[in-house]
Amino acid sequence: MKFRYLPMTEEDRQEMLSVLGIEDVDALFSDIPENIRFQGRLQIPEPMAEPQLVRHMNRLAGKNLSFDQAVSFLGAGAYEHYIPSVVHHVISRSEFYTAYTPYQPEISQGELQAIFEFQTMICELTGMEVANSSMYDGPTALSEAAGVAAAASGKKKILISQAVHPEARAILATQAKGLGLKVVEIPHAEGVTDLGQLSAQSDEETAAVIVQSPNFFGNLEDLAAIEPIAHKHKGKMVVSTNPLALGILKPPGEYGADIVVGDAQPMGISTQFGGPHCGFFAVTKKLMRKVPGRIVGQTVDEKGNRGFVLTLQAREQHIRREKATSNICSNQALNALAAAVYMTALGKQGIQEVAKLNVNKAHYAQQRLIRIPGVEPLFAKPFFNEFALRLPRPAAEVKKALLERNIIGGYDLGRDYPELKGAVLLAVTEVRTKEEIEELAGVLEGLA
Amino acid sequence: MSASKALIFEISKPGRVAYSLPESDVPEAELADLLPKEMLRETPAELPEVSELDLIRHYTELSRRNHGIDNGFYPLGSCTMKYNPKINEDVARYPGFAKIHPYQPEETVQGALQLMYELQQDLAEITGMDRVTLQPAAGAQGEWTGLMMIKAYHESRGDTRRTKVIVPDSAHGTNPASATVAGFEAVTVQSNEQGLVDVAALKEVVGQDTAALMLTNPNTLGLFEKDIKEIADIVHQAGGLLYYDGANANAILGKSRPGDMGFDVVHLNLHKTFTTPHGGGGPGSGPVGVKDVLVPFLPTPLVEKGEEGYYFSYDFPHTIGRVKAFHGNFGMLVRAYTYIRTMGPDGLREVSENAVLNANYLMKKLEPYFEVPYPQVCKHEFVLSGNKQKKLGVRTLDMAKRLLDFNIHPPTIYFPLIVDECMMIEPTETESKETLDHFIDVMIRIAKEAEESPETIQEAPHHTVVQRLDEVTAARKPVVRWQKG
Repeated sequence: MKFRYLPMTEEDRQEMLSVLGIEDVDALFSDIPENIRFQGRLQIPEPMAEPQLVRHMNRLAGKNLSFDQAVSFLGAGAYEHYIPSVVHHVISRSEFYTAYTPYQPEISQGELQAIFEFQTMICELTGMEVANSSMYDGPTALSEAAGVAAAASGKKKILISQAVHPEARAILATQAKGLGLKVVEIPHAEGVTDLGQLSAQSDEETAAVIVQSPNFFGNLEDLAAIEPIAHKHKGKMVVSTNPLALGILKPPGEYGADIVVGDAQPMGISTQFGGPHCGFFAVTKKLMRKVPGRIVGQTVDEKGNRGFVLTLQAREQHIRREKATSNICSNQALNALAAAVYMTALGKQGIQEVAKLNVNKAHYAQQRLIRIPGVEPLFAKPFFNEFALRLPRPAAEVKKALLERNIIGGYDLGRDYPELKGAVLLAVTEVRTKEEIEELAGVLEGLA
Repeated sequence: MSASKALIFEISKPGRVAYSLPESDVPEAELADLLPKEMLRETPAELPEVSELDLIRHYTELSRRNHGIDNGFYPLGSCTMKYNPKINEDVARYPGFAKIHPYQPEETVQGALQLMYELQQDLAEITGMDRVTLQPAAGAQGEWTGLMMIKAYHESRGDTRRTKVIVPDSAHGTNPASATVAGFEAVTVQSNEQGLVDVAALKEVVGQDTAALMLTNPNTLGLFEKDIKEIADIVHQAGGLLYYDGANANAILGKSRPGDMGFDVVHLNLHKTFTTPHGGGGPGSGPVGVKDVLVPFLPTPLVEKGEEGYYFSYDFPHTIGRVKAFHGNFGMLVRAYTYIRTMGPDGLREVSENAVLNANYLMKKLEPYFEVPYPQVCKHEFVLSGNKQKKLGVRTLDMAKRLLDFNIHPPTIYFPLIVDECMMIEPTETESKETLDHFIDVMIRIAKEAEESPETIQEAPHHTVVQRLDEVTAARKPVVRWQKG
């Protein structure tokens, strides 16, 4: 069988073998000892021709219920939003997607400039001075932030709110075992971080206070009250956020945050069953040289022309090896590009407009749904585009009833918070319509 | 093309838009009525304001200032810059894969789960391991995941003395960095004159404090560690485990398996061996395979197959926990799966055979012109030293820059660290003999220029949009964002 990705003809092979003075390609594998040379044939499925493969992949994709077929109210860290067509057109340019990391700046100015612009846009939204070129995702960026805070402060205790995404906390717990961090979880009270508990736990040993706003429940944290607690003992204030919400919300930088992280997924990146998304990492100038991952900087060439390079590389693993600030190597450049295109498309006006639409629709939906007997708001805090409700019936039953109407219901909060059993988290973004909200209400009314 | 290109902010003009949002179909309320006023932004973020055509022209122009595999030869060692198939890109964008939510009920994502399950199986077979997790986002995260499992394994046996991870001096920088982040001390073991792990030196550093040895095989010089069985025995007898860095797996598909070599844990870079695009730096994907001894420690969840279909299993009481949100970089998994289904068992074997033949052919042809520090048979990549040219005043960096004038991405340079003026060349199997011959001609021309007109190389590149950039000032006086002037 001929493979379309393998250009070597039999003639090529013979010519090359003769240059090497060997008869068979196996001679090139003779350095692999006999007892570990793989003798059999890999037990994986036989190859498929392209038309057959397209059918196969379509069938697999067809076994999934996509947003094109169903109405989804799921959020909890991954959101369905409007993605302008231009985003996919730009990231489909193969000069971008088939390139490696821009270590040869003379032939990578396009990528480097696009990332420089991305860094600027993230700084603008977060109110921070420095942003890197991106991280694996928001939750791993949060773990890295804990590491940076510990390294910068020389302390090991991390206070993290239980209103932070449960998976982000789970990753931090794994990371803490490696870095020797002591993680203390601060309970939530009425849907936000319990500030009394936070204050009580904060002490001389505290390297960082980590909160999320909008938090996992969709609620806005009182960052103005958290800042003095975080800084009282010279710890770092780390805020995880939703960049889309920052179109209208006061940026964490203005509250005095030292590190702001989050995921750019809401800005032009498909949910894709959870990845790849795109973490971002922004800091104050003071922490610039502690940042993990790649950073693009502006410079000039030999003729004085403006150009861009990867910079401050002395922090990174390929230079510092075991002394690096992080082991991170790749970033999510292509998704950072998608986010940059999104931020450009939406622009100064659009980012406010889309954020307002989210607030508006989510509040309308919440007000509409709590009129249903047995449906109650779980919290009474300001929220962005997500809110928690207590339902009249068990979450599993509601899920089933909704699915029958092609509605994907919210996130079952009982999964991570036993005390919130029977409550769900619903996301309502700008793509949901009044009609869809009515349909959801209709099903819940039927259950009440 | 002009040397400088305006930033998107510099072509912004108030009032222009490149988006289209619907009017609100719910009663509109003032923001200040829904949210506390003090939590609202006072000054809008300075994002650009451009029309849709402005946007497209801007990014199209940027793309033209960028070199990808589709633009030309990219023999970047250890990065496996092979062709990124177009069908993979199409498939990953099917709504059934792109527009699904990680928390959807399992019964609504059976296709996604089946794909993950089959990919777990395929990668386990290819590597000779027992189970595979698809969660790690990249190779470096895979390394850290593997090391955290090794740590948990030793601790589960009450063995807390094992604080050291041994890495060869030719290892990727991520190996020692991952060891540190996992809470180990990295210990370096030297290579011998043949470029392989010095077994005698290894015996000296291995001991009761050894948690693991991390090894790339073939190593970063492109050489197969033929003593691997003995190395594995030494480490195992001392109570340590073996970690396989899969960065170079493109050399051994269907030819040799890490599991059979004695490795206990392995990561693969789907963005190298399995054709998912590098994306200008990412996203990647770094699945990790383990032998039975480490299965209890795998990150959760894993996909399993039951009577009622596929499901996520969290039933691993000794799990190290989670390493990445949701289910890994699923979009990359879709691409890698599509590739494996395209190639099948014979295709994958042919991939490695051709990759290795291409590399040996290049090495042989370049040998008369450049110093070849390790002239034995190589695998999918090999190293040259620029020592000969250095004596003529031409550095490897200069030669790399000269290659840019010929629309060729340079090899990896100055790595591995143990070779002076190193050039690490990996042609991959997707390049034709004509491309290889062209590269050979260009390299020979550069070798001649080094003798006859070294300034041509020293002043290169001559034909790129910008000349060499001042990296020193960039790092000393960092400008890492645009400021409104």
